[in-house]
Amino acid sequence: MPEIATNTPPILPPKEAEEKVISPWKEGWKSFRKNKVAIVGLGIVSFFILIAIFAPVIAPYSFDGQKLSDKHLAPSAEHWFGTDEFGRDILSRVIYGSRISIGVGFLSVAGSVVVGSFLGIIAGYYGRWIDTIISRIFDIILAFPSILLAIAVVAVLGPSLRNALIAIAIVNVPIFGRLLRSRVLTVKEEEYVTAAKAIGMGDGRILLHHVLPNSLAPIIVQGTLAIATAIIECAALGFLGLGAQPPAPEWGKMLADSRAFIIQAPWTVLFPGLAIMLTVLGFNLMGDGLRDALDPRMKN
Amino acid sequence: MLPGFVMEAFQNDRGRFEGPLFKRRVIVLFSYTVRRLGSLIPVLLGMAFIVFMMIRAIPGNPAQVILGQQATEEAVAAMTKELGLDKPWFIQFWDYLSGLLKGDLGVSLKTNSPVSEEIGPYLMATIELALIAMIIAVVIGVNAGIVSAWFQNSWFDYVAMVIALIGLSMPIFWLGLMEQYIISIQWDLLPTTGRDNIRDPVEAITGLYLIDTLMAGRVDQFFEVIKHLILPGIALATIPMAIIARMTRSSMLEVMRSDFIRTARAKGMKMFWVVYKHSFKNALIPVVTVIGLQTGLLLGGAILTENIFGWPGIGTYIYDAILSRDYPVIQSGILVIAFLFVMINLVVDLLYAAIDPRIKYK
Repeated sequence: MPEIATNTPPILPPKEAEEKVISPWKEGWKSFRKNKVAIVGLGIVSFFILIAIFAPVIAPYSFDGQKLSDKHLAPSAEHWFGTDEFGRDILSRVIYGSRISIGVGFLSVAGSVVVGSFLGIIAGYYGRWIDTIISRIFDIILAFPSILLAIAVVAVLGPSLRNALIAIAIVNVPIFGRLLRSRVLTVKEEEYVTAAKAIGMGDGRILLHHVLPNSLAPIIVQGTLAIATAIIECAALGFLGLGAQPPAPEWGKMLADSRAFIIQAPWTVLFPGLAIMLTVLGFNLMGDGLRDALDPRMKN
Repeated sequence: MLPGFVMEAFQNDRGRFEGPLFKRRVIVLFSYTVRRLGSLIPVLLGMAFIVFMMIRAIPGNPAQVILGQQATEEAVAAMTKELGLDKPWFIQFWDYLSGLLKGDLGVSLKTNSPVSEEIGPYLMATIELALIAMIIAVVIGVNAGIVSAWFQNSWFDYVAMVIALIGLSMPIFWLGLMEQYIISIQWDLLPTTGRDNIRDPVEAITGLYLIDTLMAGRVDQFFEVIKHLILPGIALATIPMAIIARMTRSSMLEVMRSDFIRTARAKGMKMFWVVYKHSFKNALIPVVTVIGLQTGLLLGGAILTENIFGWPGIGTYIYDAILSRDYPVIQSGILVIAFLFVMINLVVDLLYAAIDPRIKYK
């Protein structure tokens, strides 16, 4: 922020004054840190990411080790979350499941960001008929309720975790496409872009050095929130049998497989659902906090 | 309440529908409607194209996939012909489009009857559920948002907003299962699945059982239908309720900071009226937009809710079709929901244009 630079006393030599300039990222972090709710979100997200990374170390049992004699054991000291209909330890399955959910969340959103940004930048920068075509495609994709379109994609490609990931990535593309397009339209009018053009900078370099860095904050904010949605959608597809296939310990699939036993063994349904809710809550809280910190204009 | 607002936007100072301002607003709104309808055409075409492509995009030979590996060659050839896959794609698409315009949604491969005939009762079941869910979401969400803004930073505000955040992060299929477990199984208060007492059904005339039971004069069945609606209704309402509550709160907070609210309070007006009349009326526009958007999304969420509560709606129809690879049903089911979604968004946009006199569409 420019005000901070002007706050420094003018007597300081220029070099020292420069060091006092706080980057917008640092400033964003400062205001993020003050937001307690956002820190809780960051905590939850970090917790689940750590669990996902260290799953083999933490998990007390393997995720697919069946032991039919231990079928439907209630939560106890040995099995904190109880066991399912095949005697598999639910805690271990929930722990391994975090790898799938968080992995799908990050990968699908990364895919949407890359494809969406690319299309959005092209549409915004070149305008005219390219813009019309790309924007219309976004309109059409957004004309479907997202989970429905994801179901359609999986119905075509066949049920599997990979196809669920692709489906979720596709439905999120327009979110980032529209975001980047509007950013490009704004940045394009800035004087420094005119200046860059005047000194003979090519389109590619202008996009890379000016447009992209200026769009990073909203992408991060939107991306965090999109991960939350992606995790729910992945679980929903899994729940409908259109995502991960057995014996993968996907949370939504675990719910679907256990619902028949909800009377005898309610814990089989309780814990995977709690895991989904907490992870999604974490990403939502963090996204809200990031939005307030990095991009106050997007508020509301 | 809404129609009143819509009317007011067109009235002059004396509450009459006349004068130059009224004329201009009607013209503006009319031309906006026409343009909005025009821009809808490419979107509808694109939607139809995506749905049309569903079968063609199946990897390998679609007819073989639909019939399964054991199918004979003749059967595959017959299916290819039935689906029109032997013609060039643009002719196929043209046939598909002209069929759609005539109301032809294809023929179910499983039951062999036209989808357009089958889909009606399922659609009505979903509409009934979605309406109830939306009523729950709007009534609770809007009021929670208003009260939260009114008593900002009170315990109510905190609790309501924490609940809203949790609701927003809730996988509704899990919430549905938990509702069933606690309320239906443990407490035995409400039925777990279905729409009515199947042992003593009422003849479906409209397909909306709430209306059908009343038309048949069966009050006992009417309450039975309500009982069946509560749990799935709440599950489906959760996310929109949370979003509406948050949006109402932030919109209200913005309005309540403005000068005319201070004036109203300085006049000695009761706080209740300041909040519910002056503030809410002005905070309404973003709320209406969100409500409309959520109504459309509800139709997508219905697939999961219906699956859990055995609700014989369009979500169940599509889900069963996916299991039996009944592609014409999947296609048309998705197209119908997406069409409804687009139409709801259109209505919301028009409503939005109508209620806000500040918006001028050139």
